[in-house]
Amino acid sequence: MTKKFVVLLLLAGLSSMFVGLLLGYSPDTALNHTARYYADNTVADTGAANIVTAIIVTYRGLDTLGEVTVLFLTATIVALILSQARQPGGVGSRKAVAAGELLQTGSRLLVPLILLFGAYVFVNGHLTPGGGFQGGAIVASATLLMLLTDPFRRFSHRLISVLESISGVLFVVIGVLGLVLAGGFLDNRILPLGAFGSLFSAGAIPVIYTLIGLKVGAEFSSMMASLSEAED
Amino acid sequence: MVYVALITGFVLILMGLYGALTNRNILRIIVSFTISSTGTNLVLIAVGYMSGRTAPILDEAVNVADAAARIIDPVPQALVLTAIVIGLGVTALMLTYAYKLYETKRTLDISKYTDLKW
Repeated sequence: MTKKFVVLLLLAGLSSMFVGLLLGYSPDTALNHTARYYADNTVADTGAANIVTAIIVTYRGLDTLGEVTVLFLTATIVALILSQARQPGGVGSRKAVAAGELLQTGSRLLVPLILLFGAYVFVNGHLTPGGGFQGGAIVASATLLMLLTDPFRRFSHRLISVLESISGVLFVVIGVLGLVLAGGFLDNRILPLGAFGSLFSAGAIPVIYTLIGLKVGAEFSSMMASLSEAED
Repeated sequence: MVYVALITGFVLILMGLYGALTNRNILRIIVSFTISSTGTNLVLIAVGYMSGRTAPILDEAVNVADAAARIIDPVPQALVLTAIVIGLGVTALMLTYAYKLYETKRTLDISKYTDLKW
């Protein structure tokens, strides 16, 4: 009982802080200095129509490399911990009810479409809302659908890790090329900026985002495959 | 409009913290943490919003010359994208550790794990 009281007291303190923040909040009427720079110079600097993409891939590209590294570490640790947990002879020892006709046929129809949509989202990341992380998550949802249909389905870890390593290495290579050929690490101007608003524009941004999409999709798929294999 | 999003975000943070502090089941604690981080993301997005403006994507409708007067702040959106991805990684790790803990003691009740208690 006292524990619950302490928790409620803590939450009351926090909510009074939040109320103070809310009462003191006044919405901005103009963009601040950094945002104004991005609004004015993104097209001239990078050629990307989506400013958020330009920030993530070019202006703050190094942070994105770190973010992808964090995801890679997560996928590795999940696979490492869960692979130790597996008991010998666990696979197939438990029989599951077969998925229904609707789910099986539906997933056969939907998986290619989901993969195509994921690829569309990460290739068009510099023009429309979306990008590598969103597209990668969509690609991985196709894996999830396949696992739902058949929980004992096994994915080739070798294929996933090859895909992931190749896209990760190419990401870093493009970054270093930017250092050599253009203004700095991960500079997108190693390729021509192209016509604003077309698919082949914004220099290396679509290439980098495609690599990020493949890498993120492979990492999410590997996490889900590890978690699914662990329940045997 | 901004205030609706801000209040929802703050309420979600508080709900998540309450759930994480009062529940005994590790899976429920993990779900509470994801609710809390969703609230944080919502607050960040709401702070970057300015009423009457549009998304930070330039095209025929929003041209470069008057972009600074017509788009909302793109920086919080980029930050939240990062936060969501990292949040997913943290959730996956928490679930993995929960599985390992279940394997050692065959229970998800956090009060049974007293090894680090003093």
